[in-house]
Amino acid sequence: MRGRVAVYVFLGIAALAAPMLGVYPVFMAQLLCFAMFACAFNLLLGYSKMLSFGHAAYFGSSAYITGWLVSVHSWGTLAGILAGVAVAMLLGLVIGAIAVRRQGIYFAMITLALAQLVFFICLQADFTGGENGLQGIPRGNILGLIPLDRDATMYYFVLAVFVAMYLFIRRIVRSPFGHVLEAIRENEPRAISLGYKVDRYKLVVFVLSASIAGLAGSLKALTLSFATLSDVSQGTSGDVILMTLLGGSGTFLGPVVGAGIVLTLQQYLSERVGAWVSVIIGAIFVVCVMIFRRGIVGEIQRRFMRGRET
Amino acid sequence: MTTVFGVPLPAILGQLTLGLVNGSFYALLSLGLAVIFGLLGIVNFAHGAFYMLGAFAAYIGLQTLGINYWFALLLAPLMVALLGICIERLFLRHLYRLDPLYGLLLTFGIALIAEGIMRDQFGASGKSYPVPPLLRGVFDLGFMVLPIYRAWVVVASVTVCGMTWFLIERTRLGATLRAATENAPLVQAFGINVPLIVMGTYGAGVALAALAGVLAAPVVQVSPLMGSSLVIVVFAVVVIGGMGSIIGAIVSGLTLGLIEGFTKVIYPEASNIVVFVIMAIVLIWRPAGLFGKE
Repeated sequence: MRGRVAVYVFLGIAALAAPMLGVYPVFMAQLLCFAMFACAFNLLLGYSKMLSFGHAAYFGSSAYITGWLVSVHSWGTLAGILAGVAVAMLLGLVIGAIAVRRQGIYFAMITLALAQLVFFICLQADFTGGENGLQGIPRGNILGLIPLDRDATMYYFVLAVFVAMYLFIRRIVRSPFGHVLEAIRENEPRAISLGYKVDRYKLVVFVLSASIAGLAGSLKALTLSFATLSDVSQGTSGDVILMTLLGGSGTFLGPVVGAGIVLTLQQYLSERVGAWVSVIIGAIFVVCVMIFRRGIVGEIQRRFMRGRET
Repeated sequence: MTTVFGVPLPAILGQLTLGLVNGSFYALLSLGLAVIFGLLGIVNFAHGAFYMLGAFAAYIGLQTLGINYWFALLLAPLMVALLGICIERLFLRHLYRLDPLYGLLLTFGIALIAEGIMRDQFGASGKSYPVPPLLRGVFDLGFMVLPIYRAWVVVASVTVCGMTWFLIERTRLGATLRAATENAPLVQAFGINVPLIVMGTYGAGVALAALAGVLAAPVVQVSPLMGSSLVIVVFAVVVIGGMGSIIGAIVSGLTLGLIEGFTKVIYPEASNIVVFVIMAIVLIWRPAGLFGKE
C-alpha cells in the first residue's frame, strides 16, 4: 500500500512540474489525452472483458464535433467539449446496443465493422473537411475566465480533467456496479442466472467508456488544434488496444503507462524509420500476446504485491 | 436505350458484374475465415494481409522471374500458405487454450508487420498487374459487354468455393475435419494426428486468401494496404452469414458483393457503407447471423 502511495505522489509531482522541467507541454497534454482514452478503453477490456475493436469512432467523432462547433460556429470551449461528448455518448449507445447482443470475438468484429461505418461517414461528410480534416481549431477559454492559448495552461487544464476522469473510473470499478461487471467478466451465464440484466450492465459501461473516449478526443482536438481522419481510423483503434495491453489491462495505471510508451515510441520513430513504425507496433503486439499478457503494470503488481490486495 | 432509376441498363449491368467480382473475393476470403474459425477457434485478422501477399507474390513473380499468371495462380497460394503454416507453428498453436481474443490480437499484429514490411519495400502506391493474354477482350452479349476477365474471376472463385464445400461436407477428409471441430480429443484418441489437421486447415484457409489476391491482382491495384480495409468488410460478411457456416460464407459473400454493386448505381455515396448497415440490421433481427445456429 505504501509503495502505491509513493508511486502516485511521485507521478503527481512529476505531472505538475513537467512543464517547468522543459518537457514540451503540448506533447504532455496529448499524452494525457491518449492516457484518458486508454483508461476508458480499459474500463471495457480490463474490467468487463469486452474487446471493442473500434474505439476510435468515439474518440474521433467527438474530436470532429468539438472542432467543428468551436471553429466554424464559434461555440465556447466547454460547450464544444460537452457537445462532442454527447455525440460520442449517443454513438456509443447506438453501436453498443447492437454490439452487446453478441459476446467475445463477435463483439470485437461488430464494433470494428460499425467503427468503419463511422469512418466512411466522416470521410464523406462535408463538416469534417474530408481528407484534410479540420485545421486551426481555436482553444478558446474556460467560461471566459482562463484563456487556453498558452500551451502550459492547456496542459494543466487537460491534467485536471484527466485526474478527475481517472478517479471517476476508479470509483466506477470499485462501486457495486463495478462488482457486477466483474462478475459478468468472470462468469456471464452465472451472472444471468443470478438475475442480473447482463446486457443492460454491458451497455451502460460501453456508453460510459465511449463518452470518456469522446472527452479525450475533444481535448486532443483542442490541444493540437486539429482533427483528422486518422483520429477515427482503425489505426487509432489498434493503438489504444496496444496501449492498454502493453501497460496492463485490468490495472488502473497500466493504460497510462502504455499510452506513454506507445505515443513516445511513435513520435520518436515516425521521423526515423518510416513504414517500420507499423512493423515495430505489430511486433510489440505479438510479444504482448505471446509472453507478456499481463502487461507491464500487471507484471510489476504480480512480482511485488503477491498476497496483498491488488 | 432502356434505363432503370435513370441509369442506362448497360451501366447497371456493368456495376453488377463488378459487384459480383468483388463478391467473389468476399466469398473466397470469408470461406477461408470460416474454415479457420471452425477448427481453430481463431478469427484470422491477418486474412487481408495474406490476400495482399498473394497479390504481391504474383506481381513479384512476374516482375523478377517472369512467372506467368497461370503458374502464379498455383505458386502464390502455395508460398503464402507455407508462411501461414510457419506462423501457426510458431505462434498460433500456443494460443488455442486461451481466450480467442488473443488470437485476434496476435493476427492483428502480424497483419501490421506484413503491411509495414511491404510498404517499406514497395511504397504505398498501387502497382498494376496485366491481364493475362488469354483472358483479355470482351464477350458481347448483345444487351451488355462483359470483360472476359471478370467472368473468369466469378467462375473460378465459385468453382473453388464449390470444391471446398464438397471437400468439407462430402469426403472422408472433410468428415474427419468436422469431427475434429466437434471433439478434438476424441478424434485424436482414434489415432488421427489432429495438430497436423489443424496446421493444414490454417494453411488451406490462408491459401484461399492468397488465391483471391492473385485473382484480384489484374482488376485492382496491387498495394500494401489493399487488404486492410477489405478484411473489415469480410468480417461484416462473416457476421451476416453466421460464423462457421460454409454455405453462409459463400452465399452472403456473393450476395453482398452484388448489393454493393447495385448501391453504386442508385446511391454511390452509400456504396462503401451498405455492407455495414446490412450487418447492423441483420444483428438486430437475427443476432446469430442468417445461416448461424444458436
